[in-house]
Amino acid sequence: MRNGSVGIAVSDIIAATRRYALVGMLGWQDVRQRYRRSALGPFWLTISMGVMIGTIGVVFGQIFNSPMQEFLPFLAIGMILWSFMSTVIGEGCTGFIAAEGIIKQLPIPLFAHIMRMIWRNILILGHNIVIFPLVLLAVGKPLTWLALISIPGFLLALLNLTWIALLLGVLCARYRDLPQIVASLLQVVFYLTPIMWMPSLLPQRAGLYLLDLNPAYHIMSVVRSPLIGELPTATNWWVSLGMAAIGWAVALVVYGRYKRRIAYWL
Amino acid sequence: MSLIEFKNVCVDFPIYNANGRSLKKRLIQVATGGQLGSDEQGRVVVRALEDLTFTLRDGDRVGLLGHNGAGKSTLLRLLSSVYEPSSGTALIEGDIGSLIDISLGIDPEATGRENIFLRGGILGMTKSEITEKLDEIIEFSELGDFVDMPIRTYSSGMHLRLAFAVSTIIKPQILLMDEWLSVGDEGFKHKAEIRMNELVKSTNILVIASHSRELVMHTCNRVLWLEHGRIKMDGDPTTVTAAYFGA
Repeated sequence: MRNGSVGIAVSDIIAATRRYALVGMLGWQDVRQRYRRSALGPFWLTISMGVMIGTIGVVFGQIFNSPMQEFLPFLAIGMILWSFMSTVIGEGCTGFIAAEGIIKQLPIPLFAHIMRMIWRNILILGHNIVIFPLVLLAVGKPLTWLALISIPGFLLALLNLTWIALLLGVLCARYRDLPQIVASLLQVVFYLTPIMWMPSLLPQRAGLYLLDLNPAYHIMSVVRSPLIGELPTATNWWVSLGMAAIGWAVALVVYGRYKRRIAYWL
Repeated sequence: MSLIEFKNVCVDFPIYNANGRSLKKRLIQVATGGQLGSDEQGRVVVRALEDLTFTLRDGDRVGLLGHNGAGKSTLLRLLSSVYEPSSGTALIEGDIGSLIDISLGIDPEATGRENIFLRGGILGMTKSEITEKLDEIIEFSELGDFVDMPIRTYSSGMHLRLAFAVSTIIKPQILLMDEWLSVGDEGFKHKAEIRMNELVKSTNILVIASHSRELVMHTCNRVLWLEHGRIKMDGDPTTVTAAYFGA
């Protein structure tokens, strides 16, 4: 049974990746659709993100008494990445629910709907990331070669986000209360993870709980640290890798087992 | 070569937001719809299709008759592999085209041209295939310069003409329909009719759900009569329509 369900899941995912052209087109379409008839289009996202980073930067920079040259780039990239991560997880919950119309009419591999959602959010991330070099320029902090490490870091984070979205997509199609729970949890994780506050502000003991035991922190770090001139720690890498491995194993089993039920649940 | 082989296929829908007992009592008397029951965990289950066994081969033009809720749409969804049977086996060989909702995937804010690519993509065509047929589609839909305007500026007739022109460009081996497609004004209707007949002629197997006696008599060579999710009658159109509609 176990092998059978993993087989079903893997073949669906492979079939979905073959439809990458369709996924790409639908993802673009989603972004375009949201901002049609507005002059700035998706750059409205960039602007609102920029305004938020600026405001939080000024207020919390003052409260924490952090040097702007350190705090502002840290905050900017943290907020941009968090908005990507939390949207992927949040929309993962409705990944299948939102695609009900298509799922009930056409036998497109179901994983394609998750890919579409992730692709759409990568495109939005692409718009938001523009803020980061501007912030670096504003505070006069250089980008080092270390930044290149964030590319494998991002891929690893993406790998993790994908299984989370897939798993939540299946569970939320069945249990409709779950999206609400996930939304509140994401809110909590946002405050628990060093995004608005820098880890260096934490007292030693609290650091153990808030950082080491927080998976979001590790995933965030493998992407963020290289961009602000630090190397992710070995723990960051191992936790992220471990989560990806275990997470995918669980997601594949669950997805393979319940894939055929998803159309019935919608 | 296409083949559809159903063996003892059942479809059960679990209804999670219904309170088992009270709802069951109330709904059990309803004449239409599938049969309500409950599974071992006490959840309400709608049995939409029960114990379907049939084989469709090349050349079969099958009409599905039955009252609302008899299971026609569910059967069409099974045939398009959207649903997998809860029990039994459904073997489907051949690529499937569905003309059930021809507007699916159309974005009203996008232009006609963009929508041709969207709709075509959802139907499984590649970009180059669509580009190749683009002129043909635009010409058939008679939209002229409107093809570069957002769909929301279209009249509903124009909208349907575009959806029809794209959706009928595919040539599937198995074609599924819910009632005959008929769109547009008199002139267009005639053209659409010809296109539909060609499409039907070129498919190996046609399955069409309908409430129209003429349509079934005219298009089909076999009729399945569904009632409460079961096959009540399976035979040639003359016999089954006579029994269903009354002679």
